[in-house]
Amino acid sequence: MTQTKKLSFLFFVFVSLTGYSQQRYFAEKAIVSFFSDGVVEDISATNEKVTSIFDIVNGEVAYLMSIKDFQFPNKLMQVHFNEKYLESEKFPKSSFQGKITGLDIAATGKQEVKATGKLTIHGVTKSIEAPGTVEVNGNRMTVKSKFIVKLVDYNIKVPQIVWQNIAQQVEVTLDLVYRPL
Amino acid sequence: MKKIILLLLVSPCFVFAQDDLLGELEKGSAEETEYAFATFKGTRLGNGHTIETKNAGSLEFIFGHRFGAINGGAYEMFGLDQAYVRLGLDYGITDRLSLSIGRNSTDKTMDGYLKYKVLRQSKGAKNFPVTVTALGGMAYKISPKSSDAPEGFEDVDRLSYTGQLFIARKFSTNLSLQLMPTIIHKNLVESYEENNQVALGIGGRLKLTKSLALTTEYYYNFSAPDNSTLTEDQKQYDAFTLGIDIETGGHVFQLLLTNAIGLTERAFITETRDDFFAGDIHFGFNVTRTFQLKKNK
Repeated sequence: MTQTKKLSFLFFVFVSLTGYSQQRYFAEKAIVSFFSDGVVEDISATNEKVTSIFDIVNGEVAYLMSIKDFQFPNKLMQVHFNEKYLESEKFPKSSFQGKITGLDIAATGKQEVKATGKLTIHGVTKSIEAPGTVEVNGNRMTVKSKFIVKLVDYNIKVPQIVWQNIAQQVEVTLDLVYRPL
Repeated sequence: MKKIILLLLVSPCFVFAQDDLLGELEKGSAEETEYAFATFKGTRLGNGHTIETKNAGSLEFIFGHRFGAINGGAYEMFGLDQAYVRLGLDYGITDRLSLSIGRNSTDKTMDGYLKYKVLRQSKGAKNFPVTVTALGGMAYKISPKSSDAPEGFEDVDRLSYTGQLFIARKFSTNLSLQLMPTIIHKNLVESYEENNQVALGIGGRLKLTKSLALTTEYYYNFSAPDNSTLTEDQKQYDAFTLGIDIETGGHVFQLLLTNAIGLTERAFITETRDDFFAGDIHFGFNVTRTFQLKKNK
């Protein structure tokens, strides 16, 4: 190997290394919330302590959160949510791991994309597909998505008592802003 | 040599590539402190309190009701003809400090408590085995009427004070146990009684389903007078309770069997006249409803 060849090879290695760290985007803001239409009362909660990574090269994405970080307007509901429905002592985390398809990283403006992957809630992992939008703005990337989670799919049992008619499905909203590390 | 250097340079790439994103997130999440929650369903275990306080901005209405003794027979409809009640309100000033007021039909007593959660059971980054709550309370007997009061009876004689510590551990999702060291001071006592009485309570709950739990509570009074020297009406027994907690949304229903009829500490710890184990058992219930007055941000 000549001197030039060696240098250029090292150069490529370094470039690929730096390139690697730049293809990973970390969420600086990640909010997961859900909403359900109750007959008597609507139920909503927000988790602002979500962590997420997005790999812009292969489109892989993952997020992770603690169930107990969901904040409810009604504290008693929060206790019941943790104690009786999500059983957060037994299943403390919820996560998603999958891929975003249909994303053109060079394009500007809002793009419709699709995420497919595995969603874990209450210790049950299910394959899901969810629509969403991605907007690239400089080196910031905003990802939004809305999808329905059926409680029965995740083995979440809600007692059916007349005055406490909790809907059997919730609408989950994701609001994530990524930037390179 | 050159190859080794190159290999070293390239190797971080491989390590990165092998790691999945979720694994990386899990590694990155710092160990947190997890506090035990819902050690008990409600702020009351049976007759007395639990470590639980109301959350900030929530108001709980408690309706405590004890019937007459079941062994009163058919003439008393097994106790259902009689009623001893306490109407109470508990309010969470902060998540750890609660204020409670109540009115009891027994001796027409008004009571008030301050309850503060001093220490919380936790695991993870911070480890602590138990939750400790302190309670300070005062009760004022409105009976007898001033005009009917005996000679020398002053209004301060109507007062009694309670100091309690609640030490509880949630051993598992289903099992919680609690100890309750207690001191009660009564300004006016019978000749055979002490002004300061020391008691120790022990109790617990066993969850059967997510919404149903068995509870028990027993207060041993170290300062109790010797029953063998007393007449039948003066005899004093330790308060014992067996109960079932049923929770439905904002309500907790506690169905109880107990030998106590008073719902202030003075009444049930130091003035219980019925003997549970002789069959003087009262059916009773506590019904609570929680209202969220201030929304949690």
